Amino acid sequence: MKVLVPIKRVIDYNVKVRVKADNSGVELANVKMAMNPFDEIAVEQALRLKESGGADEVVVVSIGPSQNQETIRTGLAMGADRGIHIEASHDIEPLAVAKLLKEVVTRENPGLVFVGKQAIDDDCNQTGQMLAALLGWAQGTFVSGIEISGDKATVIREVDGGLEHLAISMPAVVTVDLRLNEPRYASLPNIMKAKKKPLDSISVEELGVDVSPRLTVIKVEEPEARSAGIKVADVSELVNKLKNEAKVI
Amino acid sequence: MQFGLSEEQELIVSTVRSFVETEIYPLEDEVEKLGHVPTEMGQAIKQKVIDMGFYASNFPDHVGGGGLNNLEFALLERELGRGSMALTHFFGRPQNILMACKDEQIEKYLTPAVKGERMDALAMTEPGAGSDVRGMNTTAKRAGGDWILNGTKHFISGGDHADFFIVFVATGVDDTPHGPKKRITCFLVDRGHPGFEVLPGYNSVSHAGYHNVILKFEECRLPDAQVLGEVDGGFEVMNTWLYATRITVATMCVGRARRAFDYALTYAAERKQFGKQIGKFQGVSFKLADMITEIDAADWLTLASAWRLDQGLPANREIASAKLYASEMLARVTDEAIQVYGGMGLMDDLPLARFWRDARVERIWDGTSEIQRHIISRDLLRPLGG
Ligand SMILES: Cc1cc2nc3c(=O)[nH]c(=O)nc-3n(C[C@H](O)[C@H](O)[C@H](O)COP(=O)(O)OP(=O)(O)OC[C@H]3O[C@@H](n4cnc5c(N)ncnc54)[C@H](O)[C@@H]3O)c2cc1C
Repeated sequence: MKVLVPIKRVIDYNVKVRVKADNSGVELANVKMAMNPFDEIAVEQALRLKESGGADEVVVVSIGPSQNQETIRTGLAMGADRGIHIEASHDIEPLAVAKLLKEVVTRENPGLVFVGKQAIDDDCNQTGQMLAALLGWAQGTFVSGIEISGDKATVIREVDGGLEHLAISMPAVVTVDLRLNEPRYASLPNIMKAKKKPLDSISVEELGVDVSPRLTVIKVEEPEARSAGIKVADVSELVNKLKNEAKVI
Repeated sequence: MQFGLSEEQELIVSTVRSFVETEIYPLEDEVEKLGHVPTEMGQAIKQKVIDMGFYASNFPDHVGGGGLNNLEFALLERELGRGSMALTHFFGRPQNILMACKDEQIEKYLTPAVKGERMDALAMTEPGAGSDVRGMNTTAKRAGGDWILNGTKHFISGGDHADFFIVFVATGVDDTPHGPKKRITCFLVDRGHPGFEVLPGYNSVSHAGYHNVILKFEECRLPDAQVLGEVDGGFEVMNTWLYATRITVATMCVGRARRAFDYALTYAAERKQFGKQIGKFQGVSFKLADMITEIDAADWLTLASAWRLDQGLPANREIASAKLYASEMLARVTDEAIQVYGGMGLMDDLPLARFWRDARVERIWDGTSEIQRHIISRDLLRPLGG
């Protein structure tokens, strides 16, 4: 079985994000970029599946400008077998991403797609679900545990108040959550091999997908700075303030 | 001329950087407080590095190492330099000099060192012989077919975790037109060998948790099989293999300086006094400009010296310049980083005071600044008969 893992290049999670002076978006110039952390978890899960004999090939795919090839190489250095780069010059919305991925799935015919539950830049949390819908495949979302036997997968989902166990039939799209695993570092032997692993580039036009934006960004602003809290003397003052000032009880 | 890194080199840098940030930084305060690295902590780091295939990355592939060249290794060490030395010691870069191992020494020392099963430490310095290495008083004398060692070594780094020691001793004296000159031989000595004792060293102001030890030899008997390289050939193995360790000091200084600088830069943009960010005052902003200029200069000087070594070009002077400049740069940068912070820079809550203390030793070990200047100027003047 082949596993496809879409990976997104995002601002490194350690970077303090700044809004551009003209409020058109966030500052990306000279900012450290990295693989979306949830996608690292997806790559890790695919590699573990391969190592346990449950998959025979792990293919990573990334959509974006030429720098995305670095992100793909990181996936290859973690141990993925092959990379696909879909060249696109601008930010593409989740629906367009899902459509592009659908075309890749049609070409590659994987048995499973592992994808991060969301990207830490726009936090949309849509791509995996949209892809499953476009393909007409089963989906397991927010997955923190997975077991595969034959053409069935049992996934554990983190839901409010507990864990939900679901059986889904394969092929399927699985969006992964934080606690599924701890992703590995790239290994030195894999770093040295990464360059020799195949990395194919495909253009958006070749895939015949209309990626023009459906949304218009009007303005991006910093969240308002939180003002300092206050100390209350006792419980009755607290209750009084909650009732009469905050009006929450 | 090409100043960019290859994709592999970029990946080495980003991987080691993220390892240091994720696995080393969070343990630093504890090690600083404890004053040592608990065995399990060191072992856990070591195991992760072995799993990543990064252990002994400075050794060639054919002996089981990572096969990095001097430039790539300098890039790796630069990122390690950001973290506590006591902890990054377990990232495992055994002394290259072990490549001089032959016959059963390979099975006993080289292979286990590369695999992370045995750790090494290197001993030249003595209470009476520092910069003047050849002035050493530890001796090995022939007795039957064996050698008998007597004497003391001190300041031996990493000796608390070492399973064996690479030790230089005097094995004779030659009379030369310039006066008597000692012959030096290098020995491999196992911890626990009769007549050999490892004693606790001194407490250093720099690199808490990275200990130095004292070695005592009293009628310590060693067979010829323990000689690394040739008898009386100690200076040859030293010159062949220890040449590049100064690049390590230089590049680690660059890594640490960048970490200190990042603190200063962020603070200058955030801290407000007189109703403005302090970075708006030229007294602060020009410091940042000077700091980054010096850091970049040290970085390029160091990488260029490593590159020369890889190309087989003469590099002794360039390596000396890199070690000299980078270690002196680090002293200035860590000092100014504290200045940008004001009083808070001196407090234990931030690592800046630690960087400043740690910086002090860099101008002393692996050849003092004065010795590096001596090497540089000799290299320039000798061809002119000076
Ligand atoms: C924390 C620490 C760890 C160390 N780890 C190791 C280790 O693992 N293995 C090891 O073998 N050694 C180690 N050393 C030893 C280190 O390499 C020596 O300290 C260094 O070479 C200087 O020797 P010294 O301290 O005896 O100073 P000295 O040589 O006595 O120098 C004293 C002063 O005189 C100056 N000086 C000496 N000769 C000249 C000259 N010809 N011209 C101008 N100035 C001169 C020096 O620059 C210095 O300022 C370590 C040292 C320290 C502090």
